Amino acid sequence: MANNLPSEFDVIVIGTGLPESIIAAACSRSGQRVLHVDSRSYYGGNWASFSFSGLLSWLKEYQESSDTVNESPAWQEQILENEEAIALSRKDRTIQHVEVFCYASQDLHEDVEEAGALQKNHASVTSVNSTVAADSVCLPKEDESLSTVSCEIPAEQTPSSNPESAPEVNDVEAIEEKENDCNDKTCMQATSEKETSENVPTAENTAEQPKKNMITYSQIVKEGRKFNIDLVSKLLYSRGLLIELLIKSNVSRYAEFKNITRILAFREGRVEQVPCSRADVFNSKQLTMVEKRMLMKFLTFCMEYEEHPDEYKAYEEMTFSEYLKTQKLTPNLQHFVLHSIAMTSEATSTTIDGLKATKNFLRCLGRYGNTPFLFPLYGQGELPQCFCRMCAVFGGIYCLHHSVQCLVVDKDSRKCKAIIDQFGQRIISKHFIVEDSYFSENTCSNIQYRQISRAILITDRSVLKTDSDQQISILTVPASEPGTSAVRVIELCSSTMTCMKGTYLVHLTCTSSKTAREDLEPVVQKLFTPYTETEIENEEVEKPRLLWALYFNMRDSSDISRNSYNDLSSNVYICSGPDCGLGNDNAVKQAEALFQQICPNEDFCPPPPNPEDIVLDGDSLQPEPSESSSILPTNSETPKESPYLGNPEEPSE
Amino acid sequence: MHGRLKVKTSEEQAEAKRLEREQKLKLYLSATQAIFQKRQAGELDESVLELTSQILGANPDFATLWNCRREVLQQLETQKSPEELAALVKAELGFLESCLQVNPKSYGTWHHRCWLLSRLPEPNWARELELCARFLEVDERNFHCWDYRRFVAAQAAVPHTEELAFTDSLITRNFSNYSSWHYRSCLLPQLHLEPDSGPEGRLPEDVLLRELALVQNAFFTDPNDQSAWFYHRWLLGRADPQDALHCLHVSRDEACLSVSFSRPLLVGSGMETLLLMVDGSPLAVEWRTPDGRNRPNRVWLCDLPAASLNDQLPQHTFCVIWMAGDAQKECVLLKGRQEGWCRDLAMDEQLFRCELSVEKSTVLQSELESCKELQELEPENKWCLLTIILLMRALDPLLYEKEMLQYFQTLKAVDPMRAAYLDDLRSKFLLENSVLKMEYAEVRVLHLAHKDLTVLCHLEQLLLVTHLDLSHNRLRALPPALAALRCLEVLQANDNAIESLDGVTNLPRLQELLVCGNRLQQPTALQSLASCPRLVLLNLQGNPLCQAVGISEQLAKLLPSVSSILT
Repeated sequence: MANNLPSEFDVIVIGTGLPESIIAAACSRSGQRVLHVDSRSYYGGNWASFSFSGLLSWLKEYQESSDTVNESPAWQEQILENEEAIALSRKDRTIQHVEVFCYASQDLHEDVEEAGALQKNHASVTSVNSTVAADSVCLPKEDESLSTVSCEIPAEQTPSSNPESAPEVNDVEAIEEKENDCNDKTCMQATSEKETSENVPTAENTAEQPKKNMITYSQIVKEGRKFNIDLVSKLLYSRGLLIELLIKSNVSRYAEFKNITRILAFREGRVEQVPCSRADVFNSKQLTMVEKRMLMKFLTFCMEYEEHPDEYKAYEEMTFSEYLKTQKLTPNLQHFVLHSIAMTSEATSTTIDGLKATKNFLRCLGRYGNTPFLFPLYGQGELPQCFCRMCAVFGGIYCLHHSVQCLVVDKDSRKCKAIIDQFGQRIISKHFIVEDSYFSENTCSNIQYRQISRAILITDRSVLKTDSDQQISILTVPASEPGTSAVRVIELCSSTMTCMKGTYLVHLTCTSSKTAREDLEPVVQKLFTPYTETEIENEEVEKPRLLWALYFNMRDSSDISRNSYNDLSSNVYICSGPDCGLGNDNAVKQAEALFQQICPNEDFCPPPPNPEDIVLDGDSLQPEPSESSSILPTNSETPKESPYLGNPEEPSE
Repeated sequence: MHGRLKVKTSEEQAEAKRLEREQKLKLYLSATQAIFQKRQAGELDESVLELTSQILGANPDFATLWNCRREVLQQLETQKSPEELAALVKAELGFLESCLQVNPKSYGTWHHRCWLLSRLPEPNWARELELCARFLEVDERNFHCWDYRRFVAAQAAVPHTEELAFTDSLITRNFSNYSSWHYRSCLLPQLHLEPDSGPEGRLPEDVLLRELALVQNAFFTDPNDQSAWFYHRWLLGRADPQDALHCLHVSRDEACLSVSFSRPLLVGSGMETLLLMVDGSPLAVEWRTPDGRNRPNRVWLCDLPAASLNDQLPQHTFCVIWMAGDAQKECVLLKGRQEGWCRDLAMDEQLFRCELSVEKSTVLQSELESCKELQELEPENKWCLLTIILLMRALDPLLYEKEMLQYFQTLKAVDPMRAAYLDDLRSKFLLENSVLKMEYAEVRVLHLAHKDLTVLCHLEQLLLVTHLDLSHNRLRALPPALAALRCLEVLQANDNAIESLDGVTNLPRLQELLVCGNRLQQPTALQSLASCPRLVLLNLQGNPLCQAVGISEQLAKLLPSVSSILT
């Protein structure tokens, strides 16, 4: 199969993280021949999302610390005299200190497997399947508010997925897989419950019952495909660079998004909701009338703080938190602004930083809803794949599970001219984009990487209960002692399609000072309580219970100067892995900057042309204007903006 | 080159667009023509529906075509079977919805839907409510849709509580919504209809307090949003005052009876009817307004025949009955007296507090405190300042007079665009206060000098005043309504900016008129004075017209009965 790869490209991209995928899409869009490879069997690198079993396999890789020693590789023979090779890393060293804890009861069926997770399982199940269960066992209804464009959603990545699979999974296949997915599940239930009753889909029902919802580990495993667990926890600012890019390039049509429903604060040991939009302030029951006015007044000022320099000039040397104290804000309002709206550090952020961050937050508010953030359904890992899809639509070639052994550099020009892949094939290209983690230790020997501390939790209820159990929340827990950093908590509900019904998926993120567990466990203990069955019998616990927890550290390779890497050719470009920030601006900025170097003067991801205006090669003349019998505007108008990511600000009245 | 797309140039695109437009125009014109031909020929069949739908689908504001469609539907109603009709209606509803999607603010489309729904034997109101909810979801301030919703809710007899909850949900989403607040103001009085609870249209106190809290939330969140302030004003306002006769005055000398009413009315055949009873028997009289123009007016008068004023009886009783207003008033003229009257006191009736209600003053007091609190935070908010002034007037106009004037000053400074309006409002309030003071003193003399007045109002309240001092103000005219001052003997209006004396007309008792230092330009401006029979002293010093050559002669000719004219 590998022999089928063309031997020459314009751009070779190594790594399928978000910045690499955006560059690949941009280059392909502007006519470059793009080869996009990833040594992993899934898209996204450290930006990926996994089903539960997918995550377990991912963990296994890092826990086993695979010591595959590579003896003198065969590719060296291919290097000519006037060339030298820069070997790429064979092992990912970006994840460390992985620790897993399971609190949910594990006693039952040890051998439970994720429904439809593995091909063999899939096959055996479908053979039993037929249509027996299809109608009687109805699928639980998904959240009604979701618009369903299932055919657009790329098939879920599992470790067992075909290594060579291109992203151009055609729609029919995608749908089929979806349906199989559903069938599998119903079928699993049908088979296991055959003796008892046919009509009761068990898992969903028990999860919904308020009566001691006992979610067991085996249930999590069984419903593992309902999970889409992100390795990085980020959100999209409604007016951030990524949203603008998604709209501009029309890539947004490949994804769906949900608005974050609430902003939370952790103050005096309690979780409370932060009123941040006009409607929130109006509806808030916790603020007094005067507080409402003071908050609105301050926020209105922040929206246009640059126009009123005299209001803050005197405080420019201070920290933002000191500045807030000089404003007419009660302590709770100061807390809301500092930690939950500006999300700046109490100790280090200056007044200007804080004002800028607050303004940015407010600017994003109200575009798509009452909070400034969007979350992609099925997880953040969808986003790199969306751009890969665009790249593929414009002719890019994809190879997953395909590693590159070395870069070949011409000794005279010091330019990189080719790669040699795992099969020993030499592929020539003009430009090489390499994600940081692919470089060997030799190349990175001078670099001191920062680390991100991450925790991923599965819990049984929300940190702040309200009428609706389908809330998507972001919570900032301020640093408890100087020198540590604030912890960002993002809680996802099942309607984000990232976790099974009756559970919440909670992501914790902060810049590391120690191992992830040391950094984050104190916050986990403040917000959650371990799941034990005896407790449930006696008291009604207030805190959400932990079913499962994972801690790990991830390398933060952002903001590292190109000069820090050893022996880089001028046509080799570096993409960093995920940074610790909440938004994705960094990835987009990187991608755009690199694209401008590769294709100067080309538009970055312009919108695809109107289908009516495309002239097919060989068409000598323009097509006749289509005869429409009706004067009604036809639906096949321009594919302007997708209905999911349009500009909803309309004038009214 | 692989992956490279070829795209039409902009000229090619423009050309394609042009051709398309041309094509569209042709179709549009030919369809319109076909419809009109068929209509003229009386061919009202389904083909007309089809043709009109093509055009209305693109341009739903073509009202004639909607009429055409109605004609067709009415015609078809008589011809089709119930099943066929049901299908027709279904198609029509679907078509209307597609038109609304093109333009959700088309009067024609919404009206056609109303028409259609009210013709159906069994309309599906639930679906219509759902449609409204959907359109309001897209644009919560689409008043066309609000109108339609009120129509549907009324037809379907949706409980007021449900509709109120619906307005709740929209206000929660975005409180800058006049339609939603307005709907509340319609629903609440109906929801809390208590016939025995005071003046009509008022809300029970608990409901009122809840609404005040809600609206305060809104204006503390965004004090510049007008919709909330308007609703606040409605909450504190009160229903229109009941029709009443405020004052009845009989003068023996002038053989004249004057009546003042609570609202302007037009008396005459085919209009309002006033019935005069003298000593218990009806008397046919000719009613006119004091200025002689017989336009809607708050004051009407009539001449009395000598028989009804003779001095032989110990007294005469006069009773005026206002038929439509269901009100009447009676007064007695005693033997030997020149005049008799009967009136309601302004202070009894709280006449001047119509802007805000006579709600329990604790509610008003606490509203005033909240507003003052807000004003401290937002010293430049005009809505807040204006509301404070109105609340003070409602609470105690005399006690707060000084404070009110200060707030007016601030308000004028922050809202210079409306300075003239504010001056007029201030004049009105000051005049009201002066009337109250006069009535407390039980005199018929009214001093309004040095008050910075820009306008005169409530003149119908001054029916009995004999001496009026308007000097040192900023008045530019003595308005026609001044003619209502039937007892006025002395009028001082020195040092204003008066250009016209239109109101000084038909004043039967006026003897002295002092208008020094004004802006009277032409002797013709004094024409109306000739209608005041007893005028003997006129002081015009300091007016431009005094400069004219031979002015004394001109004036003597114009006003021969005025013995003393100072120029």
